[in-house]
Amino acid sequence: MGACHGEPGPLVGENASVPLYRDEAVVLRTHKLGEADRIITLLTRNRGLVRTVAKGVRRTRSRFGARLEPFMVIDIQCYEGRNLDTVTQVETLAVYGDAICRDYTAYTAATVMVETAERLCEEHEPATQQHLLLVGALRSLTGGEHDPSLVLDAFLLRSIAIAGWAPSFYDCAKCGAPGPHRAFNIAAGGTVCTVCRPPGSAAPAPETMRLLASLLSGDWVIADGSEARDRREGSGLVSAFLQWHLERGVRSLRHVDRDGTRPPAPPRRTLPLKAAGAHEDGVDLAAVVPPLGSHPALDRHLGATQPDVREPV
Amino acid sequence: MPPGRPGRAAYPVVSEVGHRLARVYEGVVQDLIDELGRLPNVGPKSAQRIAFHILQADPADVTRLAEVLLEVKDKARFCDRCGNVSQDSLCRICADPRRDQTSICVVEEAKDVVAVERTREFRGLYHVLGGAISPMDGVGPEDLRIAELMSRLSDGTVTEIIIATDPNIQGEATATYLSRFLKHMGIVITRPASGLPVGGDLEYADEVTLGRAFEGRRAVND
Repeated sequence: MGACHGEPGPLVGENASVPLYRDEAVVLRTHKLGEADRIITLLTRNRGLVRTVAKGVRRTRSRFGARLEPFMVIDIQCYEGRNLDTVTQVETLAVYGDAICRDYTAYTAATVMVETAERLCEEHEPATQQHLLLVGALRSLTGGEHDPSLVLDAFLLRSIAIAGWAPSFYDCAKCGAPGPHRAFNIAAGGTVCTVCRPPGSAAPAPETMRLLASLLSGDWVIADGSEARDRREGSGLVSAFLQWHLERGVRSLRHVDRDGTRPPAPPRRTLPLKAAGAHEDGVDLAAVVPPLGSHPALDRHLGATQPDVREPV
Repeated sequence: MPPGRPGRAAYPVVSEVGHRLARVYEGVVQDLIDELGRLPNVGPKSAQRIAFHILQADPADVTRLAEVLLEVKDKARFCDRCGNVSQDSLCRICADPRRDQTSICVVEEAKDVVAVERTREFRGLYHVLGGAISPMDGVGPEDLRIAELMSRLSDGTVTEIIIATDPNIQGEATATYLSRFLKHMGIVITRPASGLPVGGDLEYADEVTLGRAFEGRRAVND
């Protein structure tokens, strides 16, 4: 009883040769495997990125059901395999996927989040802050207080910061001279003063810099009051900054439905549709992305006495 | 030992990593194993097993298999209207005048058409999207046959669209994307109900499935 969450505990009975572990996780993505199985990529709280096999999950009578769909926050038990671990039990902690996929704008934002988290985290390297940040961002997308585009940019900036590449939006990123400065250079790490400014630096609007700084620090009053053009410019800078540090593109970024303005796939004939830019969903998304490290539901769950995870499989 | 079936000693299988067989057979036999091994869900062991089954099979059966393989590549195509697998420009369903022309069931793959047809509950037409929106896999709305669907709706004949994409995250998001634009066209948009599988136990149902089952509950005292 009372095995440490996420750590292999003492082995019991028939399972003495099977290293079991239990952890909390966000489902990042799934791949089909064989006739009815799936490979599930998880961002766990204590083990970082984990790839597991869920056997029979595609059958309609699978005991896992929708628990292993992307964006679900789960309590999972697996046993370790040579290459991939195998899922034995799953319990739901938070259902975000159902609400997210009913709003296309939130869905495209969430896919960028999980893809970024997958790129930034390593397999079996603990990434608790990234895990909690992702859980908070997914909860924000379903909350309905902020534009999903802002929630996405806030997540990306904080995710990059946790990874060690925090951009500077005030002081010079090279010499530390107090700001504000006008020039922004991705390779330099943020704003640069007139002395340090490399050739080809961008010169975003001061309001854009203020917006990005507020997203990084969590000042949602400034972020919510920002203009659409500043959000667009800021999103471009965030995307470029992210992909420069990842040293590769993020596939889902080009599909992001900013402000719900993504038009339908171009029809071959003129159709009796409303203007493509009309966003009629009436969905105002997202609550505040919580400060790093906080997630009340999970903390409550973790605070409870942990049941024995060494039950026979 | 049956003729043609090699023993382990005579035909040693070299497999250091457990998923790749060395080229240990001669000429065409190895070529056949290699080609079979390229098929989905056919591993090297399975490829070897199928290859030796073909070697032992009646020549007439093998000839018929080869002819069907060539014929399917030559004759099979996709329906110009719905995207279903067909032998002609229009598939059997689109060419059938008895089908209800006012309703279209939108599915992800051609095999989903067969699944719905097996129910014998739907008598309308189909539209195969060719997948679901999955940004992480690089699949956006532009990669699906959404433009073709819009074209089919432009003459006003269709009054109901049933979006029968898979009941997973990608399928639901695709349904959301479609409904965002279809709802302005005055067409009834429906989606198949989600709920408890017949023969299953309630205690094993997950929260999403059970929630949707309650959301779509029906009266039984009518």
